[in-house]
Amino acid sequence: MVNEANTDQTNAIDIKGLNKWYGDFQALEDVNLTVAHGERIVICGPSGSGKSTLIRCVNSLETHDSGSIMVDGMKMGDAASIEAIRSEVGMVFQQFNLFPHLTIMQNLTLGPMKARGLSRKDAEARAMKYLERVQIPEQADKKPGALSGGQQQRVAIARSLCMEPKIMLFDEPTSALDPEMISEVLDVIVDLAESGMTMIVVTHEMGFARRAADRMVFMDHGKIVETGTPEAFFENPQTERCRTFLKQILKH
Amino acid sequence: MKNIIALTCLSLLAGCGGSGNWGWYVIDPTTPKGWSNITFLLSGFGATILLSVIAAALSMVIGLLVVLPGMSTNRWIRLPSRIYIEFIRAIPLLPMLFWVFYGLPVVLQSMGISVRIDAFWGAVITLALSDSAFTAEIYRSGIQSIARGQTEAAKTIGLTYAQTMRYVILPQAIRRILPPLANQFIYIVKMSAFASVIGMQELTRRANELVVTEYRPLEIYSLLILEYLVLVLAISFFVRWLERKMGADESR
Repeated sequence: MVNEANTDQTNAIDIKGLNKWYGDFQALEDVNLTVAHGERIVICGPSGSGKSTLIRCVNSLETHDSGSIMVDGMKMGDAASIEAIRSEVGMVFQQFNLFPHLTIMQNLTLGPMKARGLSRKDAEARAMKYLERVQIPEQADKKPGALSGGQQQRVAIARSLCMEPKIMLFDEPTSALDPEMISEVLDVIVDLAESGMTMIVVTHEMGFARRAADRMVFMDHGKIVETGTPEAFFENPQTERCRTFLKQILKH
Repeated sequence: MKNIIALTCLSLLAGCGGSGNWGWYVIDPTTPKGWSNITFLLSGFGATILLSVIAAALSMVIGLLVVLPGMSTNRWIRLPSRIYIEFIRAIPLLPMLFWVFYGLPVVLQSMGISVRIDAFWGAVITLALSDSAFTAEIYRSGIQSIARGQTEAAKTIGLTYAQTMRYVILPQAIRRILPPLANQFIYIVKMSAFASVIGMQELTRRANELVVTEYRPLEIYSLLILEYLVLVLAISFFVRWLERKMGADESR
């Protein structure tokens, strides 16, 4: 993929003038966002504000109507570019989306073996490495249904890591979890952030945002309303909408 | 209702007592004549089973080939599959059987292909085609019942469409479509009786032939119904066993 993008090699993600409609409803309105390599972005905002839609556009799970998305210098367009971009972008979903009919080990080796052509031995070695990283190597032979929600989400993170992505997207990774399991998942994500992984995390966990984010992005009605460092964002929000949101979310 | 059933059973049993209306002697296994009649009727089992199994297997393959393009997001790829299903589903089995047996060879001949379609293959082709429209719809409902998150997760770990179907969607869908597929197989077994009208030597044809020589339709057709009952019950038990086996495989 050699194109004008290579002049922009410093950025992991470059989103320009992104618009997306669902029929008459505008889900994203002129969204511009640049993410540097190694940068950790936390996106927050009320539900329906377009946070998930935005990160789902980054690996083309959603199409966009206008604007451009550049990932690691590759411009998103045809099927080949989507495939190339997806191979560098991992994603963790709110509902884990593990494959229930496969064991944990099979969940982790499926992508490396089928999409990357690794041998079973290499894929399993890689899978064990990442299962140890998310601290559940002993669950390898179980089915996802036998694991707790927190464990399942950690497996989902390991499954993404097995593809060795440069960028990780997290779509409300703890929203479907019981409260006592949230921290075990966030710890894994923080550990990943500290290792220098480029990531965009959509979450309402503001404690996590303070710990891990380089930059906060606040969205409302499909638009980016405010961005800033966590300190500036939490201590001194610039817009009324952001203040209201923070008040509501930090109340309890 | 109970009274009616009791009364019917009673009158049937009364017939067995040797009063004039019943002539069980035609299928009395203790007499040489009766025994040879029974073996003549039972010898239709092989053909009925073979016909049903081959037709069902073909129908499952055709159904899959029809349903996959039928679920494309592109309506022009979807259209032929939709037309096939609507068209095939609208043709009653018997006219289709006549068309395949008497008409298709003429069509093939005009195309320069000279093949003789015998009763067996005529029936196999008809049953397989006729059933494939229903099989395709069963597949579709099964595939659509698998949550969209599964496909999305497969995309993010780089699987192609074919790999996603093969390793993620179909293995999960098969458990859900097994009961309706079994239902459809029972339907094929019963519809295979139509093959008798083009002269195929299966259960119903044998019964018809015996009735013509013995003039005892009541007794012979009663046994015929019993034969189908045994066959269908055997299938039911087999499918139950299969479902339990596959259910045990899934720990959730």
